[in-house]
Amino acid sequence: MTYAVEVVITNKKQAKDPEGETIHRYLILKQGIDSIESVRSGKYLLFKVKARSPEEAVEVVRAVCEKYRIYNPTVHDIEVRLRAQSSDY
Amino acid sequence: MHRVAIIKFPGTNCDHDVAWALKAVDGLEPHVVWYEDFELGGWDAIVVPGGFSYGDYLRAGAIAARTKVMEKVAEAVEGGLPVLGICNGFQILVESGLLPGALLGNESGSFICRWVRLRVERPKGPWLLLLEDGQELSMPIAHAEGRYFIDEETYASELSHAPLIRYAEGWNPNGSLYDIAGVASRDGLVLGLMPHPERASERIITPRGHSPDGRLIFQSLAVALRRGW
Repeated sequence: MTYAVEVVITNKKQAKDPEGETIHRYLILKQGIDSIESVRSGKYLLFKVKARSPEEAVEVVRAVCEKYRIYNPTVHDIEVRLRAQSSDY
Repeated sequence: MHRVAIIKFPGTNCDHDVAWALKAVDGLEPHVVWYEDFELGGWDAIVVPGGFSYGDYLRAGAIAARTKVMEKVAEAVEGGLPVLGICNGFQILVESGLLPGALLGNESGSFICRWVRLRVERPKGPWLLLLEDGQELSMPIAHAEGRYFIDEETYASELSHAPLIRYAEGWNPNGSLYDIAGVASRDGLVLGLMPHPERASERIITPRGHSPDGRLIFQSLAVALRRGW
């Protein structure tokens, strides 16, 4: 089975995110939408993984992210999750 | 003559500038080495120069940092060899874990290319041998991802005792925390900095109001290799 596993990398809270701040300030607050309190930008990666289960697919991707520093733990938070259970992505 | 390896990755573009600047210093013999051809042994120092290794994909320096050659560079550091990372080379050293911290996109979101003033703190080791504590230097920067980040604890435990190069007051171009332009290992053996010393090595390409202070770093290396540090 092939699974689509997505990885979202964002700056840690302590690290400023000028891109997110600019989107928030100039696209959202400028339109008068004040219910949106903040925006964080990030990087998105989509992995197609052959695995026996969705859990295994997510685990494989998580391990690769750690081992080869796909994200930099000094400054990034990471989310790894299943997107779909097919190879359509 | 002391042999200095300048490691070239796909996308490195400052290798020959560094070689040119090193060649102008008595006692240094630079060699540009393709990253796959680098072997340990026979080298007196290593420079990882600037550029856009692997197109800055994923993050500047992230892909070069996982190559075999960087394992060899780490081994060289263990063996006491001086290592300098300039700009993308600094990013590679940080991503390899040879220096602490991380380099994020400039606060302005733009690529910035301009001369800046720097201040040296606690100079130590082969690259800063000829510099004094508090000495001001001029060098140009040219980067999009130069905003230095480090958490408070690591700053306190590792950097507050190590040699540092900061942007002088009012010169921080990119939002770097603690105005950091360059950091070194505590013994100064490994130095990484965003400014380009090789582009500040000749009077003729130095703008008015600045001086070609980058060459002090290369001259320091030559003296250090001759006399020890």
